Parts: sequence; structure tokens; C-alpha cells
Amino acid sequence: MLTAICSGFILAALAPWAHRRLGDKSGWIFSLLPLGLFFYFMSHIPGLGQAAAHESHGWIPSLGIALSFHADGLAILFAALISGIGFLVTVYSGGYLHGHPLLGRWYAFLLMFMASMLGVVLSNNIIALFVFWELTSLSSYLLIGFHHREEESRYAALQALLVTGLGGLAMLAGLVMLGMTAGTLELSELTTRGDLVRNQPEYLPILILVLLGAFTKSAQIPFHFWLPNAMAAPAPASAYLHSSTMVKAGVFLLARLSPALGGTAAWTGLVGTIGAATFLLGAFLAVQQHAMKRLLAYSTVSALGAMTMLLGVGTPAAVKAMAAFCLAHALYKAALFLAAGAVDHETGERDVRRLGGLAGAMPFTAAGASIAALSMAGIPLFFGFAAKELVYESLVHGHGVFSIILTFVAVASSMLFLVVAACAAYLPFFGEKKQTPKHPHEAPWSMRLGPLLLGFLTVVLGVFPALATPLLTPVAESILGAHVHLHLGLWHGVSLALTLSTVTVAGGLAAFWKREALYGVFALPMRAAQWGPARWYDWMLQGMMDGAKWQTRVLQSGYLRYYLITIILTTVAVMGALLITQGAGLAAMLLRRISATIWELRYYEFGVAAILVAGIAAVVHSRTKLAAVAALGVVGYGIAIVFVIFGAPDLAMTQFLIETLTVILFVLVFYHLPQFSLRASSQAVARNLAVAVAFGVVMGLLTLIAADLRGRPSVSQFFLEHSYDMGHGRNIVNVILVDFRGIDTMGEITVLAVAAVGAYSLLKLRLGRRADK
Amino acid sequence: MKALLVMPIVIPLVGGALGLVAWRSRAAQRALAACGAAALLLAAAALLWTVDRHGVLAVQVGDWPAPFGITLVADLFAAIMVFIAAVLGACVLFYSFWAMDSGRESYGYYPLTLVLLMGVNGAFLTGDVFNLYVWFEVMLMASFVLLALGGDRPQLEGAIKYVTLNLVSSALFLAATGILYGVAGTLNMADLAGKLGENVAPRLTTTLAMLYLAAFGIKAGLFPLFFWLPASYHTPPPAVSAIFAGLLTKVGVYAIIRVFTLMFTLETALTHGVILVLAAFTMVTGVLGAAAQNDFRRILAFHIVSQIGYIIMGLGLYSRIALAGAIFFIVHNIIAKSNLFLVSGVVHRLRGTGDLKQLGGLYEQQPALSICFMVSAMALAGIPPLSGFFGKLVLVIAGIQAGAYVIVAVSLLVSILTLFSMTKIWAGGFWKPAPEERDVPPPGDATHAIRRMMIPVALLAGLNVLFGVGFEPCYAMALRAADQLLDKQAYIAAVLGT
Repeated sequence: MLTAICSGFILAALAPWAHRRLGDKSGWIFSLLPLGLFFYFMSHIPGLGQAAAHESHGWIPSLGIALSFHADGLAILFAALISGIGFLVTVYSGGYLHGHPLLGRWYAFLLMFMASMLGVVLSNNIIALFVFWELTSLSSYLLIGFHHREEESRYAALQALLVTGLGGLAMLAGLVMLGMTAGTLELSELTTRGDLVRNQPEYLPILILVLLGAFTKSAQIPFHFWLPNAMAAPAPASAYLHSSTMVKAGVFLLARLSPALGGTAAWTGLVGTIGAATFLLGAFLAVQQHAMKRLLAYSTVSALGAMTMLLGVGTPAAVKAMAAFCLAHALYKAALFLAAGAVDHETGERDVRRLGGLAGAMPFTAAGASIAALSMAGIPLFFGFAAKELVYESLVHGHGVFSIILTFVAVASSMLFLVVAACAAYLPFFGEKKQTPKHPHEAPWSMRLGPLLLGFLTVVLGVFPALATPLLTPVAESILGAHVHLHLGLWHGVSLALTLSTVTVAGGLAAFWKREALYGVFALPMRAAQWGPARWYDWMLQGMMDGAKWQTRVLQSGYLRYYLITIILTTVAVMGALLITQGAGLAAMLLRRISATIWELRYYEFGVAAILVAGIAAVVHSRTKLAAVAALGVVGYGIAIVFVIFGAPDLAMTQFLIETLTVILFVLVFYHLPQFSLRASSQAVARNLAVAVAFGVVMGLLTLIAADLRGRPSVSQFFLEHSYDMGHGRNIVNVILVDFRGIDTMGEITVLAVAAVGAYSLLKLRLGRRADK
Repeated sequence: MKALLVMPIVIPLVGGALGLVAWRSRAAQRALAACGAAALLLAAAALLWTVDRHGVLAVQVGDWPAPFGITLVADLFAAIMVFIAAVLGACVLFYSFWAMDSGRESYGYYPLTLVLLMGVNGAFLTGDVFNLYVWFEVMLMASFVLLALGGDRPQLEGAIKYVTLNLVSSALFLAATGILYGVAGTLNMADLAGKLGENVAPRLTTTLAMLYLAAFGIKAGLFPLFFWLPASYHTPPPAVSAIFAGLLTKVGVYAIIRVFTLMFTLETALTHGVILVLAAFTMVTGVLGAAAQNDFRRILAFHIVSQIGYIIMGLGLYSRIALAGAIFFIVHNIIAKSNLFLVSGVVHRLRGTGDLKQLGGLYEQQPALSICFMVSAMALAGIPPLSGFFGKLVLVIAGIQAGAYVIVAVSLLVSILTLFSMTKIWAGGFWKPAPEERDVPPPGDATHAIRRMMIPVALLAGLNVLFGVGFEPCYAMALRAADQLLDKQAYIAAVLGT
């Protein structure tokens, strides 16, 4: 299975190059890979009753991450859909995007998506699954933004990426927690440890985090808005990613994890309720749409809600219904999208109200679309009917008010499905002919193949539903972990479900007939929907950007003085807080030291201190740079005197020299600079004074504490003892500089050399000025 | 074997010095840079291999026994850093051969870059606190000149802020070291690790630790000390930005990790708690700052800050896998971030601007560049299976294990904002069509240069993939490095010979 997935990635990497070589036929040739994979996955079906195929390759054993794959019923159903529809979409793309300059990249993204999606459904390791999961989001981003010159495409691509990405990150946290709680990352082991997980306090956070991932990916309310916008993608991507495969990844994940996380009140409540709400609202929003793809997109949201709802209910009957519904939906929705793409491609028109009577011009597309629509509407002899029967069956036999509500939701939504189906297939293809921007004609064979083949399968499975049992029974078994009996038949006898089906068809037809009235009734709630989650997304993005700009203006103000103040105050704050915690001991130490040393103070020490303070005051108060520099020199001399007093004559000499040189240099430089006075407002002076004093106090205290601890053994002792006998020098400082710590000096020499080079180069090289001339 | 430890400092020193001798010949300087980079890469690889095989390696400079002389020491963490710095140095120097203007080449660009690498390696390898200060000075002077070289106005303005704020860092560092020497009587870090536990009150040590955190935090670009970085990084030539982005802040982070695993571990609940809080703020403010920019390199520059937060998060969590995550994250980040700067250089060469409003159309015209940008940008955003994802994953695992849910949530939210800021560049520079009034000049004679510039870009993008798909050996090595950081005895024994 690793080979299967890798082959997809490899072909994706080669696609742009191969497309250039192969030209127009590339689509047909690339499609051989998904086709081969389809047969490979179908060949697993007979063995699904026994042990599922399993393989594992070590990847990151330190973290328990393995490339392990598990081909059970659920995986095989999805893998077959991904590769099968992948085949049709690849072929279709060649016609739909014929002659597009970036068609090679299109194939690359499409195949990369297919391989990633196969990885998601086949993975047996939740982190590996997540890796593929994110890759589907990325390829979806690239595919939605395929018409990259359009602002709308870029907006939609980013929206899909951010919404699913955010959910994905929540899910990552949830999966990591799940793995820690259960002690394994392997799904096949996780599913057997459901009781362990459900009894931990972490269960609820895990559940919510994982659901966030699943709900964003599967466009559940309130995250549904990205999916209709994703219709900015070319039709084959919509058919493939945004109806039949990728958006079902969330549903797939719920199914996968339901043995580990399902069966609790929280699960049923959250998954069932959100699913039901999405089911109903999606259908309701769908019938308001007139652009073909948006119409279908909202109905996809609704169908995803239905599957989520069934998984929330979680009874064997509901799970069986979910499996059948999933297959039926993939078949009819992909066909409808492909047909919609063909209509758009051949007529240049997307609004169903401005289309009509195309069946004559596009008989094959019309046939495929009609069959798909009948299946979607739940008409007998089409596979959608069998699936819908199972859905009703599973709901009407539930207990309590909840299942009654869900039944109503299902019936109402199914009626609206019929309206959508009619809008998508009846309006464009039948009725009176209408004028379109392009003269309509049948799509090329590459684009007919999809709707026709999918339609054919829908009819075959609709007439002989039992043919689907070998595929669908193992799906239910792998979700439920038990042996199940799935009966798919055309005729179940007169039952409540059949009655509901009849009601649905009748109600749906009536609603379609009176759809203008329907729009009127829905007008008010539609206006409310304008303020729905799509707006919230825009607000949040705008709010984030405004906040970011505000924050950056405040923090990165551009004024060096504010930067300095912030840095100094931060330092004062962290150290001051720590000094305060040792307040009592600190005060005692200070008192002790003052009382011990105050009598040792000499009058000239006061004198030096006074000179220092006066010098600093002069620096601050001087109005000219020259005076400030001179005063600074006084401060430096004062410090040199301190060195003299405390017995460091060599240090004092150095200090005297440096201070003198600095002042001279400054004076020389200032001579060439324009005169301007230094003025600061008294407020600014007070602020700077406060900052400086605070910093001085903190550093002073720290030094005093350190001084209190002096007299412990130090490496200086070694230097004193050995500078002559081992370093062969009487001047200890010199020996330290050139021998004991010679590498320091080497570094400092380098600094000086670089400074010299820098000064030279900065003066000589003036690129900016030269360019000005 | 011990000579290996000196090589990463000596090779660039010799290369830089010879470069000054051959001041007049650009060809000689290029040749010296090429040879120096290649030799450095070999030496660094040999050092990494040796340290990984034989454990911590130490050399007493001048043969003065520790703690009296200066010790150079390479544990696995240091060796990894030296190696990745050499890789980046080689890539950037190679790139510079085609990207750098002749003016800067003639006025010391190559010797300065080599000296910068020397300072960086010295900082990684030294086992002495004051010697670390010296290497910081070497780096600071070399980087300041590189930043200001060429001297157009925005460059000088950035350089002034850069050097002023970094001198504040130096002053704090020096003051802290003076006080530390006063109380502990030694500058040798391994010796300090023992002395601080025995001789000095923990609370005083912790207070000093905060002073070091402030000093190194400025270098590393932590919140709220990072101002110099967004003020200056977008101004010099892209090759300079790239090497700065890769190495300078990382040396600061390296120093923080070094002292907070070796020396200041007495009150970890307090110190590492503070670090964790700073990590959260650094991540958030950095990424918001990036999102607010509209220029290719400004976005990247501000974003460096955010990523520093992730690394510091690993230190703050202070567990084996958290430290391993931090170490891996540094390596990943050096590759991804520097490469994005290199990409910005190619874009600048093609279009003469980094303003996203004026850019566009690169997606159609430059497929290879688009792929390389996308790979490194997505690696930065933590999209699997690229390197950044695993760095993030390990930190998330460490955070959840430690029960630090807030920082985990912050780190995940910040990664979606990272994704947002990267798509901003992608949509503005690559996808969007170029503004119509701006006629895109044909690459013409630049084509040849751009092809060469793409070589290191593609190589680094490839490393982003390789370190992701081949995460296991990288992670295993990071874990070994983390083990050495947590169990200081190997380090102390190698230095003090006990």
C-alpha cells in the first residue's frame, strides 16, 4: 500500500515534465495510475471478510510514528472511491482544461491530492494520518487557487486553508492527547482501548479537539462556509475534492475513531446535533442558490451533515445507512459536478435560471446528470433510493424525542434534495431552450466518460442493490467492530420508511413546482444568513490584521529611545521582582554592611562621589554636545580616581588614557558637525531620570549583594601565584591578557581589525550616493 | 582529534586575515571565501561525527588547566550548531558569488563574513563566560560593518539601532559576568555549574540569571527586547540578511539554552516559568508583527522573532524531548528562514523590489523558485512532512506531557498565523498577476546568475524536505544532545577532567 501511495506522489512530481512531453494525451495516460489503483483496491474486497490486509514500515520509532496501513472495509470503500473518481477526474481534466498553460501543474496537484487522500484513508497510525490530512489541505489550497490571477480564487483558497488548517491543528493536539491517553498511535490498537479512553478526564477535551478537525474538514456548521467558496476551483477539483472525497475525510475520521471515542452522550449529542443541523441548514441554503456549482456545494454540505448525523446516532442501522449513503452520494454528486462543469465549459453560463433545453445539444451529459439527479432525489431504481431507505429505517426505529426530531430533519432535507436535484438537472437540460454565451454542443469524450460511467453504476446498483453488499458490509463491520448483516434490496415491503419516501417525493415535487413561493418564504431567514459564519471569518481576519497593525505600531515605534526604555525597564522588572522576594534578608544585609563600613569612609571618597554626581548632572543639563562630552570626561576621570583609591593603579591609568582620547576624538569630530542644541521636554527628562534611577538602584543592590559574598576562593589566586613561575611575567595583568586568557585578546584584536576595515570601507564605499548621481 | 575543536575558529580567522592581505583582488577573496567555506564545512562535519561518536570534546587553550585558562568544548549541541552554521555559511557564500555587488565585494564582504562565522563558532564552542562575551563582540562588530557596508540611508538607520541596542546587551552581559565572577570566583562555565550550586545563594543566582536572560534575550530577539531586529534585517543585501537571520539570533538562543541548562538550574520552576511566558509573548507578537507587514523581507524579518519563541518554549518546558525539540527546531529554522531570505534575494534580482504590492506573476514565470519558496515557507508554517512540522510536533508533545496546555494552544494558533503570513507572500508575490503599469524587465543577462543563485536555494529547500521525511535520525541525534544538556556530568568531566 505504501507503493500505491508513493506511486501517486512520484507521478505527481513527474507530471509537469511528462505533460510537456506527452501533450494532449497526457490526461489519458496519467489516468492509468488511478485506474490501476482502483482495480488493486477492488481486489481486496473478497478478502475483507477475513483479516484485513496490514503492512507497516518504520518511520519515526522514537515517537511511535510508523507508516502503517490497514485495508479494512472502511479504508477500501474510500480508497476505491478516491482512485475510481480520481481516474474519471484525471481524464476529465484533459478536456476541461484543454490547452491551459499550467495544465501540467494541475495534474501534479491532482495526483498529489489523490496520493495524500489515499494516505489518509489507509493509514493505521494517527500521526501518519495527520501528515496526509494536512497534505490534502495543501493540495486543496493549490487547486482552489488554480485560477490564481483571480482575487476570488486566492481568497477562497486561503479561506479553505485557514479554516481546515485551524481545525487540523486542534485535531493534532487532540490526536497527541489521544495517543498519550491510550498509550498507542496505531488505530488498530486504539479502537480496542475505547473504554480506557472514555473513562479518562481527558476524554472530553480530546473529543472536542478531534471533532474540530473533522467538522472543519467536512464543512459542518458553523465551519461550512469555506466549501461553497471553494467552488472558485475548476469543476474537476470541485467534483473530486469538494464533493466526493476530501470533504468526506472528516466523516471518515469520525467513523474511524468512533470505536475509540463514540458511544457516549457527549459524542451523540455533539456529532448528532451538529450533523443534523448541517443536514437541514445545508439543504435549506442549497435551494436558495442559482449558480450550479454553489447549489451543488451547499447540498454537499447537507449530505456531509447527514453522514455526520448518522455516525452520531451510531446504531448498527445508522452506520450501515451511512456507508450506503456515502457511496450513493459520491456517485451522484461527482457526476453532477462533472456535468455542471461540462455545461459551464460548453455554454459559458452557470446560472440555472438562464439555462434550459440542453439535452438536445448535450445528450450524453444530460443522461448522466439526469440519472445522478434521480438518485439524489431518491427515486426507486436508482441507488440513492436504497441508501435513503436505509437512512429512514435507521432513524424511525430509534428511541426518544431525539430520533423523532432527526427523522423530521431527514425527511425535510430529503425533500429539499429533490428540489436541488431538479434545479441541477431538470432546469438546464430540459424545458425550453435558452440563449447562452457560447453555442452549446456536446462535451468531448474525456468529459462525457465521468457522468456516463457514474450514472451507469448508479443504475446498476439501483436495480441490483445487493451488488453493493460485499463492499458495504465490511465498512459497517470495521466501524462497529462486530459482524453485521446488511440487507440492501429494492423492495422492503410496505414500511414506515417507504411511506416516508413517498411523502418525500411528493413533498419535494410540490416544493419544486412552487419554488418561487419557496424563495419568498425563505427570503427573511436568508437575510439573517448574510450575517452568518462567513462574516465572522471576515471579521476575525480583519480584527486580527487590525490588532496586528496596532500592536506593531505600539511595539515597533521606530524610536530608539522607546526601545531603550522598554529594554531597561524589562530588565529592571524581572530582576527587581526577584530582589523584592528577598526583601527582608536584603534589608538586613544592607543595614549590617552600612553599619560596619560607614566608619571607614574617608572624606575624599565623598569628594569623588560628589564630582561624579556633579559630572553626570552636567552631562544631562548641558545644552551643547561639546559641554556634554567634557562633562562625560569628568565622570570618567572620577571613576579613574575610584580605581586609584581602591588600589588598581594600572586600571586607573588605562581609564585616564581612554577618557582623554575619547574627549579629544569627540571634540575633533564635533568640530566638523553642525551645531544644534540638545533640548528635551521636562517630562522626557523626568521619565528618563526615573528609568535611569530604577536601573541604577537594581544594579547597585545586585552589586552590593555580590560584594557581601566576596572573599571566596577565586581563580585569581592561581594567577597571582603562577604568573611568574609558569607565565614568566611579573605583570600579572599582562600575563593574563597574553597567556592565561590569550584567546580573549585574539578575539579583541579581531574586533579592532574589523572595526578598522569597517571604518575604511564605510567611508570609501557609498553605493547609495553613487546611484544618486 | 582535539585540533578539530580549534578548526572552526582558526579556518575562518585565517581566511579572513588572508582576505585582508589580498584586499585588492576580488578573485583572490572569492577563492579564499570558497576554500574557507569548504574547509569549514569539512571540519564541522568531522567535529560533529567525532563528538557524536566519542562524546564531549574539550581543549584547554594554551594548555592552562581548567578552570584557570580558557576551555573550548564541544558537546553534541555545540557540534550540531557549528555544523549547521557551516552549511549555511557555505550556501550563503556560494550564493554571494552571484548575488553580491562588486562594490561590497571589493570592500571586505568576504573577510567580514568569515570573521562573522568565526565569532559564531567561537560562541558555540567556548566553555568560558567571558570568552563568550569576546565572541559576541567579534560577531557584533563584523555584523555591524556588514549591515552598514554600502551605506545607503535606510541601511545606516537600521545599523545604528542595531548596534546601539546590541551594545546595551553587551553592557548587561558584561555587568552580569563581573558580578558572577565576584561571587563565584571563576569564569569557566563547567566550574560555575558546580560553584553556583555550592557557594552562592540560589536566589542571587536566579537574579543574575535574569540579567543574563535580558542580555542574551536582546541578542536572541525575545519579547520585549527584539526591536533591533525588525528595524534592521530588511535593509542590507539579501545574502547578508540570510546569514544574519540564520545565525545571529540563534547564537543568542544558544547562549540562553547553554546557561539555563548548565548554570542556572537551581530554581527551574521560577526561571523556566519566566522563559515560558516570554516564549508565548515572543511567538504571538512576532507573528502578528509579520502579518502586519507588506514587504517580502519585512515579513520574514519580523517572523524570525516568532520562531525564537518556539525554541525558547522547548527550553521553558525543560524536559528531554522538549530540549530535543528545541535543538531540532533551531536547525530547521536556520535552514528554512535563511532560505526564504535567499529566495527574496532572487526575487529582488528579478524585479528590483520586495514590496508585495509591486510584485506578482512569479508563479507563472519562475516555477523552480515557486517550488523552493513553497517548500521552505510551508516548512516554516509546520506543514507535514517537512521539517517544521516535526519540530512543532515534538514541542506539542512535550507541552502536553508537561500539562502546559496554554503554551501548546498558543504555539498551534501561532502556526496558523505563520501559515497566513507565508500565504500573504505567496499570494502577493507569486500568484497575483504583476501590476500592469509595472513592465517586468526580462531577466536577460541576469539569467545565468539567477540559475547559480538557485543552487543553494534548492539545496536548502531539499534539506527542509530531507529533515522532515528523514526525521528519525535527526531526532535521535537531538535526543542525544538533549541528554547531554540535562546530564551535565559529561560536560563538566570533559572540561574539568574529573
